[in-house]
Amino acid sequence: MNWSFFHKLGSPKWFHDISGRWLPWFAVAGVLLLSVGSVWGLFFAPEDYQQGNSFRIIYIHVPAAFVAQSCYMMLAVAGIVSLVWRMKLADVALKCAAPIGAWMTFVALLTGAIWGKPTWGTYWVWDARLTSMLILLFLYFGIIALGQAISNRETSAKATAVLAIVGVVNIPIIKYSVDWWNTLHQPATFKITEKPAMPVEMWLPLLLMVLGFYALFTVSLLMRMRLEVLRREHKTRWVREVLEKSS
Amino acid sequence: MHPQRKKRLLLILLVVVGVCVAVALALGALKQNINLFYTPTEIATGTAPLDARIRAGGMVVNGSVKRAPDSLQVTFDVSDGAEQVTIAYSGILPDLFREGQGIVAMGRLNEDRVLMADEVLAKHDEEYMPPEVAEALKRVEHMKVDGYTPSVN
Repeated sequence: MNWSFFHKLGSPKWFHDISGRWLPWFAVAGVLLLSVGSVWGLFFAPEDYQQGNSFRIIYIHVPAAFVAQSCYMMLAVAGIVSLVWRMKLADVALKCAAPIGAWMTFVALLTGAIWGKPTWGTYWVWDARLTSMLILLFLYFGIIALGQAISNRETSAKATAVLAIVGVVNIPIIKYSVDWWNTLHQPATFKITEKPAMPVEMWLPLLLMVLGFYALFTVSLLMRMRLEVLRREHKTRWVREVLEKSS
Repeated sequence: MHPQRKKRLLLILLVVVGVCVAVALALGALKQNINLFYTPTEIATGTAPLDARIRAGGMVVNGSVKRAPDSLQVTFDVSDGAEQVTIAYSGILPDLFREGQGIVAMGRLNEDRVLMADEVLAKHDEEYMPPEVAEALKRVEHMKVDGYTPSVN
């Protein structure tokens, strides 16, 4: 297997170059997907036979929840790379992705609460899905706080990586909470093995929104990482050259 | 792979497996506490405690909803396919409440195993469809009941 790609990733300069070339593509894709998806989903998709228009919050809630969980899995992978290969860029990715993931989790919880009041009759209930999602938010808070509390960069990288890896246990619990226990939250509408329990004119805009949220996540992550890389490497020659070129 | 890296990777995997086992054991032990509600079968067989506030969940049985003419008092049966439990509630029911809908009610069981509920939540299922489709499905369902098979065109 050719590992040169993997080893190149360890070089901050290489990352800064390549991410600068990727960034506009992701930005354009994100804007397109989110604008088409939200207009389609919020105005043109048919309303639900039971919930009426309040079901449309799915177009924010589900993508945010997807990205919140994927982001945490990415943190765990970055944690493993950072611990095993001592790759500094993995630590940068971990630190920069955590706040984005926390915001996504918060959006998912908030939209869920707003939807829950008219649909279920309550904003919040301590069922397994909602509680495990709240734990995910606290895990993100823990990673952010731990990273900022330790000033030594190497120790802080190790501590946050360990927390990110251990916390990944929560992800399958979130996913399967609706199957393992009796919950108020409904089971998944989309399963890999079955047809979605939703007609195509409803799930197509949702798919666009999900892809758009992933693009948005990638754009904000790359932007944060590029800034953090420049900050950490500010004493090197290549950073000075980059800064001179841009000013 | 570098032997030291291999060692670190193995250590991480061991820690993750250990944490998974610990969490699985804890969740297994807490299973009953994590479940949001008791099913009618659990209430009928006596798994659910009589003297504590509990939640009961199930489908509202068709034709079982009885409203008092002069108050908000309402009684209905919920079923999980095997057993039924009667729930009494006084208050405004959620919009999604109707016969055939999944609900979760919180309250105490009285001596007759009727749940005196003080909170009723509607449980939404994972099916979404436009109203016209729901209407069409209902029509097909009625035709089947009437012993009439719709012609395929």
